[in-house]
Amino acid sequence: MDVGKDKLLEMYRSMQRIREFESKVRDLSLAGEIPGFVHVSIGEEASSTGVCAALRKTDRITSNHRGHGHLIAKGGTLKQMMAEIFGKKTGYCKGKGGSMHIVDYSLGILGANGIVGAGLPIAAGSALAAVIAGKDDVTACFFGDGASNEGTFHESLNLAAVWKLPVIFVCENNGFGEFTPMQTVTSVRDIAQRAKAYNIPGVIVDGNNVMEVYQATSEAVARARAGEGPTLLECKTYRWEGHVVGEQAFIGEEGYRQKAEIEEWKRKCPIIRYEQFLLSDAKISKAEITRIVDETRAELEDAVKFARESALPDVSEVTTDVFVR
Amino acid sequence: MSEIYFTQAINQALFEEMERDPLTFVMGEDVVLGAFGATRGLIDKFGAKRVRNTPIAEAGFVGAAVGAAMAGTRPICEVEFASFFYCAFDQVCNQAAKLRYMSGGQAKMPITFRAVYGAMGGAAAQHSETVYAQFLSVAGLKLVVPSGPADMKGLLKSAIRDDDPVIVFEHGALGRTKEDVPDGDYLVPLGKAAVKREGSDVTLIAIGAMVPKAMKVAEKLAKQKISVEVIDPRTLVPLDEETILNSVAKTNRVVIADEGHLRGGAAADIAAIIAEKAFDSLDAPIKRITALDVPIPFSPPLERAAVPDDAEVEAGVRAAVGA
Repeated sequence: MDVGKDKLLEMYRSMQRIREFESKVRDLSLAGEIPGFVHVSIGEEASSTGVCAALRKTDRITSNHRGHGHLIAKGGTLKQMMAEIFGKKTGYCKGKGGSMHIVDYSLGILGANGIVGAGLPIAAGSALAAVIAGKDDVTACFFGDGASNEGTFHESLNLAAVWKLPVIFVCENNGFGEFTPMQTVTSVRDIAQRAKAYNIPGVIVDGNNVMEVYQATSEAVARARAGEGPTLLECKTYRWEGHVVGEQAFIGEEGYRQKAEIEEWKRKCPIIRYEQFLLSDAKISKAEITRIVDETRAELEDAVKFARESALPDVSEVTTDVFVR
Repeated sequence: MSEIYFTQAINQALFEEMERDPLTFVMGEDVVLGAFGATRGLIDKFGAKRVRNTPIAEAGFVGAAVGAAMAGTRPICEVEFASFFYCAFDQVCNQAAKLRYMSGGQAKMPITFRAVYGAMGGAAAQHSETVYAQFLSVAGLKLVVPSGPADMKGLLKSAIRDDDPVIVFEHGALGRTKEDVPDGDYLVPLGKAAVKREGSDVTLIAIGAMVPKAMKVAEKLAKQKISVEVIDPRTLVPLDEETILNSVAKTNRVVIADEGHLRGGAAADIAAIIAEKAFDSLDAPIKRITALDVPIPFSPPLERAAVPDDAEVEAGVRAAVGA
């Protein structure tokens, strides 16, 4: 697959923005500067980036509780994201959503969701809307290995299969549902195996290889746009941080996984691997990479400053936005 | 104006609204056949793209309606029996109801859900429950309970055009009721109660299928010089408090008739509003006539005992006026 330089660099920037943003959110959460709890996706940058890079602006996605990366990959603005996490009125959702629910509907994101598995039928419906409206937009649905045990997973794959809906079900399999190892609660070794039950393609990719994710998604998108129906794409990956930031305080350092396992996955860092690819295979200069890293850090500093300096919502806002009218 | 059945009124509203807006479509269990008549014939006019049989998978297809609404279409989603909503509670209560608010007003959720509720003769507890109270305390849903064919048509058309999620509850026993219904574009606004009959001695607030019963009772009592004002809220959310409170200020006595349960029901909710806002107007305790707090039983005498009938409504009104 021939991928242009702009696309290659756009993907690198996306991964850096996710890494920097998530690292900062983790630090701010641990420092007690933001309310509530946060789920970060450090280590999973390649799946969100590779999938969204294969989409058009008018294509839609659904996201989940670990959704910051999806929004960034789809083009989210860090300032408004950070402000939302701070609960400020300048945030994407005016402070009504918070970390688990930051979205920009104008980017075609139909909700980040606090309910595991909730995004799957919504994505099927979004794809259905394209069919009803006679458009060829597709919908990508991000969910985890845990969600694949929800009834909504099975109902949505069946529905999308029988109606041949233009949807790509993207399972970011990071090995854990909250604090429970996937293999102890899941009947299959690979989530993609479940595609067979619904007579749709099930594809497994190295979720830490952004090019592989991008290429597999592009194929699934082409199928979907051609009216050939859904694909289940499983991205094998790993979350470096816990289920929720700060979990060590209540479950200890090695409550459910060994440090050695985390270190092993860190050696498979999707960003370092992609950098190596860019430098050696794609002939991108080190200077270009450094420039993107520097720009991203500056952007993030601005975002934190913006969030800190923004006002909290006026309490009169508590009753707005329930209904259109 | 033509005299048509409740079910035909639904059918008429669906035809008209689907004709009016190409982004409306109908989905649900057996909507192609139109098992109960409401969606019959839509397939011939609008085709398979816009009239979609779903698998029996409520979480899946209700969730899909949510996604389709947010993505710019206007789904009309039928959940055959209202008790089946329990299988899709997340999709209705966590998703449809909340995503607009949680996104700070970004999401628009123009879905109409239709579902049959109520005791209709031997359907037993999982097909006979009056479930709207379960949604009353979920902020973000509009709840519509039509009491006859004309309102059914006018309210359903308004619901379909509404940009928020609306659940229209259709009582199974009303399906074969008949009345004059305006032809063509007849709209009944959401949030406007109907004063079905004016009176001066007592306000009888009746919901859904209790309205025809309340009218019968009011007519009978009129002959005995008890003047009953019958109010049909028509929509529980939004609720037309003004019409209710004005009536209470006039009659000073209130009876609420509802087929839902006593505890935590719509009658309890309306009673609380009246007690809070019109306590000084009341000359007698507010009386609720509701179903017993039991699952609706199967056997006909048990079913009749569980849900309120004309006699209970009449007794309630007599108690309120001390007659």
